[in-house]
Amino acid sequence: MDITPDAIVLVDLGPLAINATIAFTWLVMLFLTLASWLVTRRLSDDAKLSRFQNLLEVVVFGMRDQIRDVARADPGRYLPFIGTLFLFIVTSNILAMVPGFRPPTGSLSTTTALAICVFVAVPLYAILESGPRAYLAKYLQPTVFMLPFNIIGEISRTIALAVRLYGNVMSGTVIVAILIGVAPFFFPVLMQLLGLLTGVIQAYIFAVLAMVYIASATRSHTGDDASPDEPQT
Amino acid sequence: MDSLALVAAVSIFTAGTTIAIGAIGPALGEGRAAAQALSAIAQQPDEANRITRTLFVSLAMIESTAIYCFVISMILLFANPFWQHFLSAADG
Repeated sequence: MDITPDAIVLVDLGPLAINATIAFTWLVMLFLTLASWLVTRRLSDDAKLSRFQNLLEVVVFGMRDQIRDVARADPGRYLPFIGTLFLFIVTSNILAMVPGFRPPTGSLSTTTALAICVFVAVPLYAILESGPRAYLAKYLQPTVFMLPFNIIGEISRTIALAVRLYGNVMSGTVIVAILIGVAPFFFPVLMQLLGLLTGVIQAYIFAVLAMVYIASATRSHTGDDASPDEPQT
Repeated sequence: MDSLALVAAVSIFTAGTTIAIGAIGPALGEGRAAAQALSAIAQQPDEANRITRTLFVSLAMIESTAIYCFVISMILLFANPFWQHFLSAADG
């Protein structure tokens, strides 16, 4: 059994082997791009709008509200990054229901790439917000002796982000594959339903955690609105 | 017992023990978190939205330790590097 779609090679072009992860990542990207292009081609701003435009508006407004809740700031700047992460992960997790589709988020390479994007985005947003001096000063925040622990925390939470998403999606795929061998037909369907729920929740959590990391780096450390919902890892 | 059988036996035993012990802590932690969140919602129903969101995020963070254990046991069972090493050593 393969525990990662990296091992499935679809097309072998000599030095460049197209494995299932790459192929399905591009498929998801193509799907998202085509769908949003088709919907936004004819936008209407009167009371009568197409149902897909309605869907897209609900999705975008939902993401904006969530980002505003977590960041306590204008979501406009964070929406492209956080929204892209959420939409990509949630689409690939939901498409796992399609037979033959291996979710690209079930590969450690994809989730590591996404986590590294977050790792890079946190200092970028913080420096855009308050300048490099204020950002770097945060590493010395309680005392200078906390510097190594702050750096370790930064790295370990990136690893945790990657392994959490990979573990959840991979466990769904592997458990279904095992159950099909043990108890076919009915029970795997239940586990797939559970996997659908887990996939959506994990996409939400990935996006919220990325937002929380960015928000905790950008927020001024005067502490007037120190957030109680700010998990530290 | 040759080394291949030894690696197989130890891997299977360790995979089971990993997930068994690794599930205890997160289970207790998630139970505590859910209980606290429920009583918080009971006291402040207006804040239910925020409490639920925080609960989901913290459940995911608590659960990640169990997920690490699961990943380790899956690696031990299906992608064991030592198994591959001794397998190729036995072939060649």
